[in-house]
Amino acid sequence: MKETAQRRPIVQMQGIDKRFDDDLILRGIDLEIGEGEFFSLLGPSGCGKTTLLRTIAGFETPSAGRLILDGRDMAGVPANHRPTNMVFQSYAIFPHLNVADNVGFGLRRDPRNAQDKARAVAEALEMVGLAGYGRRSATALSGGQRQRVALARALILKPRVLLLDEPMSALDKKLRETMQAELRRLQRQVGITFILVTHDQEEALIMSDRVAVMFDGRIAQMAPPRELYLRPASRQVAQFIGFMSFLPAQVSGAEVDVAGLGRAGVEPGQAPGGLHDGQADIGIRPEMLSLVEDAPRPGQRLSEGVVTEVEYYGDMSYYDIVLDGAAQPVVVSMKNLPGGVAAELGDRVKVSWDASSLMVFPPRS
Amino acid sequence: MILRVYVLAYMVFLYAPIVLLPLFAFNDGTVIAFPLQGFTTRWFAELPQTPALVQSVRTSAIIAVSAALLSTILGICAARASARYDFSGKRAVLGFVMLPLVLPEIIIAVSLLVVVLALGLQLTAFTVILGHTLICMPFSIAILNGSFSALDRSLEEAAVDLGETRASSFRRVTLPLIAPGIVASLLIAFTISLDEFIIAFFLTGTNPTLPVYLWGQLRFPAKLPVVMALGTILVLSSVLLLCLAEWARRRGVARTGRMDGGFLG
Amino acid sequence: MGAGADRTERIRGWSLAAPPFVFALSLLAIPICTIMLFSFWTQDFLTLDRNLTLANYAEIATDPLYRQLLVRSILIAAGVTLATVLLAYPVAYFVSFHVPQERKSLWLFLITIPFWTSYLIRVFLWKVILGFNGVLNSALLGLGVIDEPLGWVLYNPTAVVITLAHSFAPFAILPIYVVLERIDRSLLEAGRDLGETRVTTFLRVTLPLSVPGIVAAVLIVFIPTIGDYVTPRLVGGPDGLMIANMIQTQFLRLNNAPMGAALSVVAMASVGFVAAIFTLALSRWLRAPR
Repeated sequence: MKETAQRRPIVQMQGIDKRFDDDLILRGIDLEIGEGEFFSLLGPSGCGKTTLLRTIAGFETPSAGRLILDGRDMAGVPANHRPTNMVFQSYAIFPHLNVADNVGFGLRRDPRNAQDKARAVAEALEMVGLAGYGRRSATALSGGQRQRVALARALILKPRVLLLDEPMSALDKKLRETMQAELRRLQRQVGITFILVTHDQEEALIMSDRVAVMFDGRIAQMAPPRELYLRPASRQVAQFIGFMSFLPAQVSGAEVDVAGLGRAGVEPGQAPGGLHDGQADIGIRPEMLSLVEDAPRPGQRLSEGVVTEVEYYGDMSYYDIVLDGAAQPVVVSMKNLPGGVAAELGDRVKVSWDASSLMVFPPRS
Repeated sequence: MILRVYVLAYMVFLYAPIVLLPLFAFNDGTVIAFPLQGFTTRWFAELPQTPALVQSVRTSAIIAVSAALLSTILGICAARASARYDFSGKRAVLGFVMLPLVLPEIIIAVSLLVVVLALGLQLTAFTVILGHTLICMPFSIAILNGSFSALDRSLEEAAVDLGETRASSFRRVTLPLIAPGIVASLLIAFTISLDEFIIAFFLTGTNPTLPVYLWGQLRFPAKLPVVMALGTILVLSSVLLLCLAEWARRRGVARTGRMDGGFLG
Repeated sequence: MGAGADRTERIRGWSLAAPPFVFALSLLAIPICTIMLFSFWTQDFLTLDRNLTLANYAEIATDPLYRQLLVRSILIAAGVTLATVLLAYPVAYFVSFHVPQERKSLWLFLITIPFWTSYLIRVFLWKVILGFNGVLNSALLGLGVIDEPLGWVLYNPTAVVITLAHSFAPFAILPIYVVLERIDRSLLEAGRDLGETRVTTFLRVTLPLSVPGIVAAVLIVFIPTIGDYVTPRLVGGPDGLMIANMIQTQFLRLNNAPMGAALSVVAMASVGFVAAIFTLALSRWLRAPR
């Protein structure tokens, strides 16, 4: 995977605003997406991610700011003249055309002859695993097949950027997982920039080189998945991606005193809002805490508490544990290994943790 | 059980006049009453030999085709505006154009007549066309609303995204998908106009429409068997047109994959 | 998301809605305004007196003929509405609750077919059915139910009510059907679950929920009924004539357009008034605590 800084920018947005009536849907969006990057726009519904995607496609006109695609300013360029193609949430498969005519829909202005176009359609269908489906009726396709047709129809035009608007939301869980893997494979194969809109944080983490998390029309954080998960820029991002427990703490210098955990030294990188003396909230992911029977390994710290809730998920168990000296519980996740550590409701347990896995956030006001 | 019997009786009530019509049309007697006198086709044979009747059929056909085209075009505009766009006053505007559906026809007829009189214009087929377009338009809009609202909005966007202009995406995607609705609207409007009497009676010029001609004939008892024969043909052709319209509408529904009630539902 | 009201969107929407709107405006709103203007003029044989006057309205108010026609028209229209809606409700209920889903649109189609077939001939056939030597009387005589033909079924307001109840059947069935279709079926099960019988569930759940459909049906039948003059003329006899017949006579026979216009305005106003009272009273009654 190439570093983002080395990629040639293909999408550049500078101070994009979008206003509908009196609502500001997008507020000062700045971003740069590189060539061949798999980029995701992640956020809850209504955060503006779809509007941002439609702005790139040319279906919405920004109220302010500049959009540059492949080095060209897109002001005044209509959707049909942009180097982008889109996979719609509903897939928008034309019901009056068969599969081949759907895939070849955009080739009308292509100067190639009919034979070459037919070959291109066949190749596109093969690429998405639908070889031989050309003559089928578009209305007789399953959800997964419709998505493949939508992909072939967009990719056949060799866009510089492929835009995907929640393409998995209509699929069931199993099919969704298959299509996620396939989409990732396809993107590596064609090397085109993909921009995916999703509200599913897991999907964004699995598939993307980089993710922009959006809340309320703003980008809250833009980072590779690992960084997003391990070093969330705000409590809001931390809570949207995965789960995080919070405990009140006192900061003095580079040291925090956490209710239930005790004193620990932290690095500036663990405090996205900066380290300020006084009250703070400490966040910790469930897998960064573990139930132990013996003394911790070197570098690990040990706390004790009582189990107040057990949730059994088959491969995993989640424990709510109120640590001694804390008012609210922290969540601990444990793999259910044979002979591994487990606990019952009401048990007194030992919990080990590492100071480097703590995140420091400003206190909730 | 009681409900079933009642509904059956109601359907008999609904269909009684239509079922009686052919009985009298083929009845070999000049009086429209039971008992029937025997089978004949002579009333049908008389039809093409009545020049005034042939002329009125021609007038009605011209009027019905024009009104169907006009009301369908206006209906497409209104239905698309309703399904696709948001604008201030939308509800009021679209409610207003549906108003002829509930206004008494005589009010529409006399108010148009008064305007024609006030402007000193002649009553011609054209004035009937305008009146008929007005009352057909709500039906066209209702049918086409169904077609347009069943249309996934992203289909047109997909066409634009794949390189078409707004106009060509309408032609290549929207038009084929709403074609069944257009056919249904044309047929229904044609049927309404062909059958409409009150407005035609007030606004018709020197050439009467078919229903206006029929109205004149109803006064002469001797002409009634011929009227029954003509009525049978009219009813049959209406039913045929309606079946066609329903078939077109359902095909459209099947294409876009939505279920809906019916013409007025 | 997405479907926001852009300025260009708004302009496109308006320019699309404009042709039908302008058409309806110039062929409906302007003519109705004209007819109001006409009603304040008077006709003096062949010349139109354009001085504004209330003379026509004064004549309508004082001449018992007009008053009688108007009252009778409203009574007949009310009778037609009552009969049509009462007769239609069980049919709408049957189609919505007892017809399998895939056959519903066939039923609706069957119900609407008679409505689309030649109106004049349909009305005329009711004359044939209801007449002294008509189908109904011959059938009843043949069955031995009656000894001599019933004279009272044709050429009176009853005949008008029967015929118009036939004409407006789909206008009553469809709105009620649409509302019945929207009723969540689990509400009925909830009603049964809470101890109601089938009948009381209908009375306490289905019927109140279908009131909007009944109101729509009442309005959509009542308002146009006033404007019919074919039915009263063909089957109504002298006692069944309605205001529309008088409007037609004023315009086309007596060549008194201003009087016809005034009668039209009065007819519209009365219908609007009755409809408004009905709607208001009903919504008042529905909101009243019970």
